[in-house]
Amino acid sequence: MSDDQKLRVSKIHNGTVIDHIAGGQALNVLAILGIDGADGEPISIVMNTPSDRLGTKDIIKVEGRELSEAEVDVLSLIAPAATINIIRDYDVVEKHRVNRPEEVVGVLECPNQHCITTENEPIDSQFEVLEDGVRCAYCDTIIREDLAAHILAG
Amino acid sequence: MRHEHIISAKQLSRADIEEVLDHAAEIAADPAAYADRHAGKLLGLLFFEPSTRTKMSFSAAIKRLGGDVVDMGPVEYSSVKKGESLADTVRVVEGYADALVMRHPSEGSAQMATEFVDVPLLNGGDGAGQHPTQTLLDLYTIRENAGLDDLSIGIMGDLKYGRTVHSLAHALTNFDTHQHFISPESLQLPRSVRYDLHEEGATIREHTELEEILPSLDVLYVTRIQEERFPDENEYREVAGEYQIDAATLEAASDDLTVMHPLPRVDEIAHDVDATEHATFFEQAHNGVPVRMALLDLLLEGTR
Repeated sequence: MSDDQKLRVSKIHNGTVIDHIAGGQALNVLAILGIDGADGEPISIVMNTPSDRLGTKDIIKVEGRELSEAEVDVLSLIAPAATINIIRDYDVVEKHRVNRPEEVVGVLECPNQHCITTENEPIDSQFEVLEDGVRCAYCDTIIREDLAAHILAG
Repeated sequence: MRHEHIISAKQLSRADIEEVLDHAAEIAADPAAYADRHAGKLLGLLFFEPSTRTKMSFSAAIKRLGGDVVDMGPVEYSSVKKGESLADTVRVVEGYADALVMRHPSEGSAQMATEFVDVPLLNGGDGAGQHPTQTLLDLYTIRENAGLDDLSIGIMGDLKYGRTVHSLAHALTNFDTHQHFISPESLQLPRSVRYDLHEEGATIREHTELEEILPSLDVLYVTRIQEERFPDENEYREVAGEYQIDAATLEAASDDLTVMHPLPRVDEIAHDVDATEHATFFEQAHNGVPVRMALLDLLLEGTR
C-alpha cells in the first residue's frame, strides 16, 4: 500500500471498520446502517480503492461505535463480501464476515405503491430474505435487482 | 381450525381446506341445525372497497348461524375519511365484534390488521393480493362438479391483478391438478405467485390462446379484466374485449366442462353460456353462504 493510501485509511482508536464493500456502495452501506454523521462521531470513507478480490472496494471506519452482528448482517444484501473489524485501543479484537439474515426490518422500502407499508401506518417494512432477492412480508412483492435503490430514506 | 385468522390461501393446507369444505357440505345438507349456533355473535364488516357477493354472503352466513353484523358502512361516512389509520380503525372495531371481515385496496392490509387485533380476522380481498374465502367457495364448487384430484383447470383473464386467481392457484397446489394459465402476455401471473407455485413444485403452463387447451379442460375459471387495476387506461383498452367466451366457443370443449367465474362479469362470458350445462357461476356464488358459514363456525368455535 502506498503512503497516499495509508493516509486515506488511517487507524482508528475504538470503533468499527467495514472493509471489502463492493466499490461504490459505501454511501448505501451508511444509509442502511442509519449512520449519517449527525451524532458527531468521526467517520472515514474510502471509495473505489483497488482490491485484489473485488477489483475496487470501499472501506468505512466509524470511530466510537461498535456495530453488532445483527446490525451489519443486513449489509449482506448489498455488500456480501464485507468484513467487519471491531477495533479497541487500535487493535482488531473481532473480525467477522456478514451473514445473510432471515429477514430485514425497517431497512428497505417496498416498491409496490399499493403495499400497506407505503401508507401512514404504525408498522415497519419487513422483507424475507430469499436466495436471490428479498420478499415483502406484507404484499409478497419480490425484489431481485438493485436492492440499494430501495433503501428507506433516513 | 388451527388458524386464528384467514389471510391468504398460502396458509391453508389440504387438511385445512378439506375441513372447511366437509363442514360446508354438512351445513348445506341441514342448514336449520346451525340456526342458533352463534346466537348473539357479531361479525364486524369493514369494506373499504365496494363488494356485493362477499359482503352479502358473509352477512347471510353469520345471520344463518344466529348472529348479526355491525357494518362500518361506506368509507366516505367513516372516521377513515378523517384520516384515521387502518391500524387504529381495526383496534377500535374489534371491541364491537366477535370476528371481522375486511376488504381493503392495499395489498398486505389484512396481514397488517392481524397485528393489531385479537378477534379472528378474515381477508375479504386485499388489493391485487389475496381473496382466500373466495378460493374456499371456488374449491367447494370444483369439488362438487369435477372433483379436486386428477383435475385439469384453465384459469383465464386477468392473472396479474386478479386476487381470486392468486389465491386459487396457491390453494390448488395442495391437490393433484394441472393448472393452465390463459392470458395476454401483459396480464400473466406476477413474480411472487410464480415463485410460490415453483416452490410448491407446480408446473406453470401458460397460454395466450384458449383454443389450444380448451378441449382438455375439466374446469374453465374465467376472470374479469379489471379496469381499476390498470395504471393506464390505454393498457386496459388494448386487452379489453379479448378472452371472451360464448356458447359457440364452448362447442370445442368437453361435455363435462365446468365454467366458473368469481363474478361480477362484464362481457367475458356471454349470456348465451348461462343456458348451457357448463354454466356453474351462479351456483358458485350461492356456495359462498355455506362455505362462509363453515369458516365462521370453525373460527368462532372457541368463543362459544
